[in-house]
Amino acid sequence: MIQRSPQSRPAAQPRPTDTYTALVNTELGRRIGRALGLPRPAPLRRHTPGAALADGPVLVLGETSGAEDIAQLLLRWGLDVRRHIGDEERLSGVVACFDAVSAPGDLQETVLRLADVQRQIAPSGRVITVLRDPQDARDPSVRAARRAVEGLTRSLGREMRAGATANGVVLQESLDAAAPGVAGVLRFLLSGRSAFVSGQFLSVDSVNGTLPEDWDRPLAGQVAVVTGAARGIGAAIARTLRRDGAQVIAVDVPAAGEALAAVANEVGGTALQLDITAEDAGDRILEHAEQRHGRLDVVIHNAGITRDKLLAHMDASRWSSVIAVNLEAQLRINRRLLASELFSHAPRIVSLASTSGIAGNRGQTNYAASKAGVMGMVAASAPELESRHGTINAVAPGFIETEMTAKMPMVAREVARRLNSLSQGGLPEDVAETVAFLASPAAGGTSGMTLRVCGQNLIGA
Amino acid sequence: MHTVDAPRDAVIIGGNRIPFARAHKAYAGASTQDMLTSALNGLVARFALQGEQLGAVAGGAVLKHPKNFNLVRESLLGTPLDPRTPAHDVQMACATGMEAIGSLADKIRLGRIDSAVGGGVDSISDAPLVVSDALRGILMEANRAKTAGQRLKALARIRPGHLAPQAPGVDEPRTGMSMGEHMAVTAHQWGITRTEQDELALASHQNLAAAWDRGFFDDLVTPFRRVAKDDNLRPDSTLEKLATLSPVFGRDLGEEATMTAANSTALTDGAATVLLGSEEFAESRDLPQLATFVDHELAATDFVDGAEGLLMAPTRAAARMLTRHGLTFDDFEYVEIHEAFASTVLAQMKAWEDAEYCREHLGLDGALGRIDRSRLNVDGSSLAAGHPFAATGGRIVASLAKRLHGKPGKLGFISVCAAGGQGITAILEGR
Repeated sequence: MIQRSPQSRPAAQPRPTDTYTALVNTELGRRIGRALGLPRPAPLRRHTPGAALADGPVLVLGETSGAEDIAQLLLRWGLDVRRHIGDEERLSGVVACFDAVSAPGDLQETVLRLADVQRQIAPSGRVITVLRDPQDARDPSVRAARRAVEGLTRSLGREMRAGATANGVVLQESLDAAAPGVAGVLRFLLSGRSAFVSGQFLSVDSVNGTLPEDWDRPLAGQVAVVTGAARGIGAAIARTLRRDGAQVIAVDVPAAGEALAAVANEVGGTALQLDITAEDAGDRILEHAEQRHGRLDVVIHNAGITRDKLLAHMDASRWSSVIAVNLEAQLRINRRLLASELFSHAPRIVSLASTSGIAGNRGQTNYAASKAGVMGMVAASAPELESRHGTINAVAPGFIETEMTAKMPMVAREVARRLNSLSQGGLPEDVAETVAFLASPAAGGTSGMTLRVCGQNLIGA
Repeated sequence: MHTVDAPRDAVIIGGNRIPFARAHKAYAGASTQDMLTSALNGLVARFALQGEQLGAVAGGAVLKHPKNFNLVRESLLGTPLDPRTPAHDVQMACATGMEAIGSLADKIRLGRIDSAVGGGVDSISDAPLVVSDALRGILMEANRAKTAGQRLKALARIRPGHLAPQAPGVDEPRTGMSMGEHMAVTAHQWGITRTEQDELALASHQNLAAAWDRGFFDDLVTPFRRVAKDDNLRPDSTLEKLATLSPVFGRDLGEEATMTAANSTALTDGAATVLLGSEEFAESRDLPQLATFVDHELAATDFVDGAEGLLMAPTRAAARMLTRHGLTFDDFEYVEIHEAFASTVLAQMKAWEDAEYCREHLGLDGALGRIDRSRLNVDGSSLAAGHPFAATGGRIVASLAKRLHGKPGKLGFISVCAAGGQGITAILEGR
């Protein structure tokens, strides 16, 4: 009996995110763009269910135990794994393992092998570096070598072309590369799910996490709450979690109820009209989940507001409403959730932060404060989640094509779009994919971190 | 509480309505079908009914164009419900929603169906206009004509005066009097004062405003067309302000006229739905069970010659229903009397307290009893929320069921009057 590879479908066809990207990818547009030296954003390969993880060979570099574990893992996924590659072949991905470096000189051999194949990386291809956590090294030479891999990876991200990306996987000091969390992160980075993630590092700190039976439905049987689900990124998160198998409880303020009902109906979930700043918001979420599903696995804190003003013009209501919705509500709801038996079986919390919270943004002192606060909350909450094999992380979107950014002045919008390594804005789906990954059982080794979905934006880099 | 011979309970799972909006304002561009579809969509979203094949969906609109002969079925087809869910239209004037819900509850109790949605919708803004009878006669004759000449001859009789459209009648066909004028007569007969009516209207606004403020409607209402809250609500009204209004009904009573625009319901657009099911249906889908729909009773009065009040039919229905269950008003935790007019509520309550009326008209030995005013319309009623005729039953049933939730065994009473001298009362029991 002939066994067919489970990945028999080709990778999804890339699609352009904006008019300029569509134009510059026509034959004429390509010629004009090249002549004028314009940025050339490429249509990105994005995930669709059933799509192949990689169309072509994946090269694993480095003579380390981590490299061996990873090569075995990729083989089990049915990929065309190589330890060497011919001059002509197109590479879907390169996994460069630096997990054993102890001095800066240890990088060179693998770096030069990477240099040899850089031009062979296919459009929307992937470079993934693997390193040990610099913070875990006391020896200056060891830490220097590890940090050097970070700099290498970030610069490589800037050099990638045609929708290809470079990211790093940071392993905790003693963690085996065969840990499920490493497999989860590698698969996310190789797949179209990470299309708009570049120049970033995903840490794996623990052996927690379980791999799904079906990688297309990692959230099968799980129940997920999404706040701010009526529109934009929240609606995209609801759709993506549903696609990945979750039952979705869509939450938004009562005034957004009509759009919320439409999203809930689209994803076959329930609409829960709720002001998250209400004292009993956490109780009402738990009550709803308990009554309708008897479980709660995932909570996505997406709801957020902006009340932009220069600080000199800031008033109490602009400041307090942003802090209340974007930060205090999450803290209060998390306290309530973590006191509950219902939310105690490897729970996942993912909060929406913002690159404004990392880099700051003129006119957004209140918003940036709230989003930086979210990052602090996430880092500080990780140990408590860890005690129940859960995780909490934040996702910081860069420039994303939404109704909100569509209202920006044209020139400002164009500039903001191109200021990243992929020369284009991300889609709400890109943020949703990262959120869904962090919410999945396979991401159990990653907690307390803020992951940027920004196409390696120049701002806050 | 089981009714005699009922094999199982009909359970109220929840409800959804759109905010009620004053006529010709926010929903002016929306059709009754748009509004009912939206209310159903919100219900489907609240209870994850996507793709669900329900036993029946029933409801109606009082003001309905003939083209909407299948209004509820057409609305259902615009929702994610399984298109194999049957639907039918109900028409019983302002008691349409109550009759739809009550009949569906009966079907569930009898085991004919396991689940249902009942409700109604009305829009003054989308009211059908009709041509005059004279013009209609000419057009029908032209339609029957066999030759072009005959057709032209018929059409030539059209005069400009024929072209004026006619709004749907609000007067009682058999008396030529409007509902308000009928009520003014009844109110006068019962000696209902202006102050009593204004106090009731004020309480309605205050109670509804308080319910909105504490989030009571978060899981009962879904916004529609940017309206998130009942826009007839006047939370800051005062007795002094209400006292300045001139009477609009019973003006021939002169100084004794009491009914104003504030203590009569405003014309309103809106839609409301209620999800009902058997216990098994609710349990198998992990849905809430707010209350049991215990019973309902229809009644009518002999109003044409003025022997009885047009809107007093609920007094008869209540007498029969409470007698059947051996209950008095003291047994009810909450009482919902639809505020067609403030004086309607007051007249019904006075009638039940009046031994002579109860003996002569209701066939009782004495007074049916007094209703504790602190239990009356505790979350506001039609004077504040508005009254899109067929939608009122759904609003009341869903709100009362939510009130009774978590109070197992506690009872709620509903009274809704209707045009044509009709009315319905019902009993809900908390779970």
